[in-house]
Amino acid sequence: MAEREKVLEIRNLSVSFTASSGLVNAIRSVDLDLYRGETLAIVGESGSGKSVTMKAVMGILDKNAVINSGSVNFTYHRGEQVVTTDIVKMEKSDIRRHINGKRIAMVFQDPMTSLDPTMTIGKQIMEGMIWHYDTPKEEAYAKSLQLLEEVGLSEPEKRMKQYPHQLSGGMRQRVVIAIALACDPELLICDEPTTALDVTIQAKIIELIQRIQKERGISVIYITHDLGIVAKVADYVNVMYAGKIVEKGTVDEIYFDPRHPYTWGLLSAMPDLDTDDSRLYTIPGSPPNLKNRIVGDAFAPRNIYALKIDERAEPPMYQISETHFASTWLLDPRAPKVEMPAELKARIARMKKEAE
Amino acid sequence: MAEEKKPLLEVSGLKQYFKINKNFTVRAVDDVDFVIYPGETYGLVGESGSGKSTIGRSVIRLYDPTAGTIKFDGMDISGKLDRKTDEALRTEMQMIFQDPMACLNPRKKVEDIIAQGLDIHHVCKNRQERADRVADILLKVGLAPEHAERYPHQFSGGQRQRVGIARALVMNPKLIIADECISALDVSIQAQVVNLMKDIQKETGTTYLFIAHDLSMVKYISERIGVLHMGHLVETGTTEEIFSNPIHPYTKSLLSAIPIPNPRTEKTRVAMSYNYKEAGVDYNVGKRHLIDGTHYVLATDEELEKWANA
Repeated sequence: MAEREKVLEIRNLSVSFTASSGLVNAIRSVDLDLYRGETLAIVGESGSGKSVTMKAVMGILDKNAVINSGSVNFTYHRGEQVVTTDIVKMEKSDIRRHINGKRIAMVFQDPMTSLDPTMTIGKQIMEGMIWHYDTPKEEAYAKSLQLLEEVGLSEPEKRMKQYPHQLSGGMRQRVVIAIALACDPELLICDEPTTALDVTIQAKIIELIQRIQKERGISVIYITHDLGIVAKVADYVNVMYAGKIVEKGTVDEIYFDPRHPYTWGLLSAMPDLDTDDSRLYTIPGSPPNLKNRIVGDAFAPRNIYALKIDERAEPPMYQISETHFASTWLLDPRAPKVEMPAELKARIARMKKEAE
Repeated sequence: MAEEKKPLLEVSGLKQYFKINKNFTVRAVDDVDFVIYPGETYGLVGESGSGKSTIGRSVIRLYDPTAGTIKFDGMDISGKLDRKTDEALRTEMQMIFQDPMACLNPRKKVEDIIAQGLDIHHVCKNRQERADRVADILLKVGLAPEHAERYPHQFSGGQRQRVGIARALVMNPKLIIADECISALDVSIQAQVVNLMKDIQKETGTTYLFIAHDLSMVKYISERIGVLHMGHLVETGTTEEIFSNPIHPYTKSLLSAIPIPNPRTEKTRVAMSYNYKEAGVDYNVGKRHLIDGTHYVLATDEELEKWANA
């Protein structure tokens, strides 16, 4: 394999929000790496800090957010030059000028609200090119037509003149993707790109993003809670819980050899078309309130495998293989040996069999 | 057995048209037949705009059906309702709505939201009885009786949907229409709500008409499934029949669109696509064909042969 080129490197990032009721520690010391042309999926429940992490990368955190520590190093090409900048240290106006939309583009969850209802589709696609690159209007128009075709919209000339409300949800999400691609970004962040869409349209949008990624060789970060989508698209998976990454590894390692009890829970809770259990598995309890200071392992109160030490100290990241890490005391050499639940084991065995 | 069971809800030839203007009518539901037996869950699936919600709303008579008959518990509820049928319909059929944020009155306490049906139908004789019934129902849906004093905004999404379920249950209905009642919730919460609905069914024997677009959840909760597309019921049968032997290309495309959480097989799988215009299928000329058991497919004779052999 050729030398992998790092695109994004997040180290020890912590973000809090000042709320009327006190400080909310939304993400706590997150490390993350992404290489060129690869796909990373971040999974976790709502409120686990997936979106906040990505907003920090884009420099679009809300006004009441405070970055306590850490760095977000983003590497991009400027002509022949390879430039690395720390987004945390950049001025907001510089981020707007050099990063947002130009080199990192984002596809949001709800295509109904992420498009401007008062502007035509064409104008919205051309806006970024004209602003960032001073592209002449004719050139921008031609490129927009090409983009609309690339994302699979028929009659691009007609679409250019239409307004968002004249399109269906799936078509709108395609337009959003076209806008994101307009400035040839090197990193595409998809924040739950299909949650607002139907299953059939979801499959098409996912396949579209996959195809574009392959053609352009860009890196993609998916934020999602659908493990089916993760299985389809991701090379690497990061599992987030209560503002921390608790397990990371290649998609194979996470699905076939999960180590963290939370990942076990997530995988057991997937509705699976083959199982005939009459009840769906749910992880007991609810995520902790991040307003309170978390002592020990945040997942411990919901974890039936929790050890005594989980209440006192936060587990470090244990390395399992070159790419596989998990943060749980169960991996400590002194910990008692705990196997994953039998049902999950059976399911993994079945999944392995299917793959043969 | 199946022949002896009397259906709770019998819908035949249901049409629901909306006249937009002189020249244009939307045929939201076009000639739909299905039956639901007591104590079972019937899942209606289809993409947005396929008419699933319209069917739910026509059945509970929020709309006046254009044509067709709806029989509920032996009563004909498709024509003009007399006072007695209306009363029975409004108490014995209840609805759970999609968006738990929007379907609860923000200015009312949970107790008053849940007890509204009781008040309107004068079910409770005194305040104490009313409070007791609300407390009972709150416990049943996994909330605490103290929650009765709170307002909707003080709850999380999953808890609010539980309040919505409690409001439907308090009248002891025979049929509950659940219109996309889990699609606005987080996945982990969805599972909790589905489990709750199953538990309640086991306890009270309620019948559900479960409307959703997520086939993997529908599979868990329903005994029988109807697949809707463009206002037509293209395929219906038991969950087993639909999942193991889908005939209609639209059903096949729906099934293949569900991402399977297995990275090794999913990476190379491409979802089947189905385009009504390109497939050359005309739903209006198709007839209902019995495959086996309760499994029906809407098709012409030639189409059926082609699909069955495909």
